[in-house]
This record gives sequence, C-alpha cells and structure tokens, in this order.
Amino acid sequence: MIELRNIEKTFDGADGAVTALRGINLTIGTGEIYGIIGLSGAGKSTLIRCVNMLERPTRGEVIIDGEDMTKLSASELRRARKNIGMIFQHFNLLSSANVYDNVAFPLRLDNVGESEIRERVMPLLSLVGLDDKAHHYPSQLSGGQKQRVGIARALASNPKVLLSDEATSALDPQTTKAILSLILDINKKLGITVIVITHEMQVIKDICDKVAVISGGVIAEEGSVLDVFTSPRQPITKEFISVIMPNELPIEFRGKEISSDPVAGAKLLVRLMFIGDSADEPVIAALIRNYPIDVSILSGNIDHIKDTPYGRLLIGMTGEQSAIDEAMAFLQSKDIRIEVIGYVS
Amino acid sequence: MSADIMTLLLKALGETLRMVAMSMVFASAVGIPLGVLLVTTARHGILECMPINKFLAAVVNALRSIPFIILMVAIIPLTRALVGTAIGTTAAIVPLTLASIPFIGRQVETSLNEVPYGIVEAALSMGATPLQIIWRVYLPEAMPSIVAQLTTVVIALVGESAMAGAIGGGGLGDLAIRYGYQRFRPDVMLATIVVLIVLVQAIQFIGNTIAKKLNKK
Ligand SMILES: Nc1ncnc2c1ncn2[C@@H]1O[C@H](COP(=O)(O)OP(=O)(O)OP(=O)(O)O)[C@@H](O)[C@H]1O
Ligand SMILES: [Mg+2]
Repeated sequence: MIELRNIEKTFDGADGAVTALRGINLTIGTGEIYGIIGLSGAGKSTLIRCVNMLERPTRGEVIIDGEDMTKLSASELRRARKNIGMIFQHFNLLSSANVYDNVAFPLRLDNVGESEIRERVMPLLSLVGLDDKAHHYPSQLSGGQKQRVGIARALASNPKVLLSDEATSALDPQTTKAILSLILDINKKLGITVIVITHEMQVIKDICDKVAVISGGVIAEEGSVLDVFTSPRQPITKEFISVIMPNELPIEFRGKEISSDPVAGAKLLVRLMFIGDSADEPVIAALIRNYPIDVSILSGNIDHIKDTPYGRLLIGMTGEQSAIDEAMAFLQSKDIRIEVIGYVS
Repeated sequence: MSADIMTLLLKALGETLRMVAMSMVFASAVGIPLGVLLVTTARHGILECMPINKFLAAVVNALRSIPFIILMVAIIPLTRALVGTAIGTTAAIVPLTLASIPFIGRQVETSLNEVPYGIVEAALSMGATPLQIIWRVYLPEAMPSIVAQLTTVVIALVGESAMAGAIGGGGLGDLAIRYGYQRFRPDVMLATIVVLIVLVQAIQFIGNTIAKKLNKK
C-alpha cells in the first residue's frame, strides 16, 4: 500500500543545513496500523509529512497505491491527497466553523452537494460519537472531542490512508485510550491503513501491528510489535519498552551481587514471558509439582499487546543445583520466553 | 444651538460619512487583496514568490512613509485626471483611498498572520487549492481580527478626511476650520468636536460589536 524508498530530507535552516532523514525504507501493508516511534527531533513528523508531501523529500520515492507521490504535478497531488486523511496533535480545526462545517470542509472543497454532504457528515459524527455536537464550535469542545472532529474530518473524503502525527499527545491518559480505541475501531470497520507517529510506547502497544523505531533520521529497529516487544535488539528500543514495562528487580534484590554461575544456596532469578495461548498454560504449577525445588513468585503482571495477551513473571528458584538445572530444562521446553537473570543470595 | 448650525453640522456630517465610506470601499477593494498577497507570497506562504512579495512590501512602505497632507497635495494632478477637479468631497476620496490602501494591506496582513499555520496545513493535506485556502481558511478565520483592524482604519479616515476638508473637501473638518476658526465661532467649533467624538465612539462600538459577534474562539 505504502512504500517509502530511501527517503532523505535536508532542511536549509538559517544556521546551516539540517538533515532530518537519512535514508528511510519502509513498507506498509493495506489495513495495517503502523507505528513510528522516536524521541523528540528524531524525524518522525518530517517522515509522516513526506508521505503526503507536506514536506518534499530531498531524495527518495513515496509510493502510495502504485503511484510515486514525488512525481505528481500540483493538481495531481491535490487529488492524491484526498486519499490520505491526516490528524494532528493540535487538531487544526477551523475555529470559525462549527463541528458539522469542519467535517464538511473537505467535501465542500470538491463542491459536493449539501444533501450529499449531510448524508456523509452525520454518520461520521455518530461514528466518532459527536451526533449531538454538530452545531458546537471547537472552542466549546474538550481536547478529546476536538480530536474526534479531526478524525471525522480526515475520514470525510473516504481516504485509504490515515496519518496521525502525535494525535493523542495533547490529551490525558483516559482520553488518549478512548481516541486510540476509536482509531482501532475505524481501522477494523473501514480497513483503512493507518500510520501513527508517537513518542509513547503505550500507543504502539495498544493499537499497532508493526512498529519502526526511528532515531537520528534512520530506522533503528523495525518489525511486528509482538516481536519488537518481546525481543528488542537496540538499546533505544529497550529504553522505550522499559518505560511501560519496568525491568527493575524487586527492591530486596537491588544493589545485590548477581552471579551468572551457580552459587550454593542462592536463589536463581528468572523472568518468564508468556505470549498468546501460552499465557493460559499452568507452567508454574507443573514446575512446583514435578521438581524438588522452592519457587517463589517475586512479581508478575498480565497485559495485552494489541489483542494478544501477554504475561510477565519474575520467579526465584532455590534447591539442589541438579533440580534447578532440570527445572530450567523443563521451562525451556515450553513455549515461553525465558530470561535468566542470575543467582543472588 | 441655532437651527442654522444644525443644518451646517448635518450637511458636514453627511459629507464626512460619504468621504469615509467611499474611500473605505475603494481602499478595501484593493487593500484586502494586497494584504492577502503580502501573506501568501511570503516565504513558506501558499503562493510563495519572493520577488512579488518584496516589490509589494516596498510599495506599501513607500506609500506609508508619506504624510497624508503631503500625499494629498502631491497627487493633485492624478486627482484632477480621475475626477476632473482637485477640490470637493469627491476629489478628497482619491487621496484618502490611496493613503488607506497600504494601511489596510498591512492591517490585513497582520490579521492573516494570526491564523495558525497548522490550519492552513490541514487544508493543504485535504487537497485544497491556494484560492480555496484563501477563501475558506484565511479570510473566515481572520475575519474578527480583520474587522477590528478595519475599524482602526475607518477611524483614521475620519481624521484624514477632516484634513482633506481643510483644503476645500467639505465635511466636518472644513466646517470647523471655516466657521469655528476663520469666523471666530467657538460654538461651531465645539459642536463639530462633539460630533467627531460621538462619530468615532460609534464607529468603534459598531466595529467591536461585529468583531465580537464573528469571533467563535
Ligand atoms: N522546517 C524545518 N526547518 C529546519 N529544520 C527542521 C524543520 N522541520 C524539522 N526540522 C529539523 O528536523 C529534525 C527532525 O524534526 P521532526 O519535527 O521531524 O522531529 P520529531 O521526531 O517529529 O520531533 P517531535 O517529537 O519533537 O515532534 C529536527 O532536528 C528539526 O529541528
Ligand atoms: Mg513531531
């Protein structure tokens, strides 16, 4: 659906050139929700703005539906843009127009008749849950409601792609959840391809299928959200993940010496990760029942990555070394991810 | 106050209103598009064109640096060519218009620059043409501010029209000078000043009311 080939972007700033993107390659499938995460200044906004040519790449190609956006004339580009909706961090609604007229805006650009506009706008307003606010002005709405208007407006021209640049960054956590589930809902109902820019891993975890981590204008890591979450390779990725899934040990172990070699009488700390169906399996019960060791559960939580359940458990095992080794072998035979932290006494 | 002063005042007020209204209409017809061009042809504007932008800015600055009284005298030949005479209310409309065009241009430019660029970008992302952005984004979004700015221009025009009156343009300024000053009629002078004060207050009030009504922020 969307293919970015070798995108480079250099700005000629007042104090010299700034290179924001240094060769970005991405392929985004139809109907996917693709997340792009990075720190401030990484080039996220520049990248998403290159998709609809609000920013022209210095080099590279942006292929959408088989068409290279960088090669279009001004009028072809305007036509192509009607296939790409966009929502913004600061909503960018017309303050002089009410909710209805804001959503109708893209249709009026095409001189669509008023009755047809009505037929299009009213269902969109109910889709985003604002049927009763049609005649309100943006200044009378909360941030979350404004973003709902932004979403309805972006969908008015029936686009195939939705671009979201930090659409929830100005909202509180509850409202963020509601807006994200609306985007997810729209993606499912309409099959629209979505690109989500964010600096919050939570957003990626809640709605994205795939993720690219961008840093210094290049993609540091990319893949399915499940893979990237469960086995991140780059330090920056681990950093992002640790914000929402702390890897810290419980307080009683912090600062203690951890040995990777067996120490007599010490506790072996192991982190277990259960993904999808394996989350249902009673592994710990089997461990305790079948091996002559003591197992203590030190911390644990169950969460979701998009729709996939995902559990994390930190356990400590004590007992004869041979029994511990056997228990580890048992764990390794199961469909779970294991991270051995080490022995502490 | 005697009936003859009332008659004189009403006639003069009528002339002032005519000068101000006509100049405002003509000057807006040129000044508003000028303001739009100043914004849209600027760097990163939707019709970016630096040569045009620099040229317009230079013309505006040049016109604005000429004091009104000098402009009025300097363009007498132009006024004659346009309306056949350099004296009278109609003749005064020419310099008043010319002086107001760059003023309105700058005021409208300021108003349009207050429109957050994000809204313009949102319209661009929806495939709007530059003309659609001007008509459907810039002007409606800036309208409350434009009205407030134009109110200032109208008030300035009242003052300038009095100056025009002093060299035979008619209106309240003419009345104050001819009767109040030259014929030593302090009552006429006072009455004219009161009318001017009330007029300016009324214009400001109307301007504020319209701007407030338009403002949905
Ligand atoms: N119009 C511009 N002119 C000059 N430099 C720019 C411009 N836009 C962006 N940059 C620079 O490009 C780099 C990437 O900016 P970008 O806005 O894409 O970052 P971002 O990842 O979206 O950051 P944030 O999370 O703060 O929004 C930054 O160094 C920025 O200063
Ligand atoms: Mg950004």
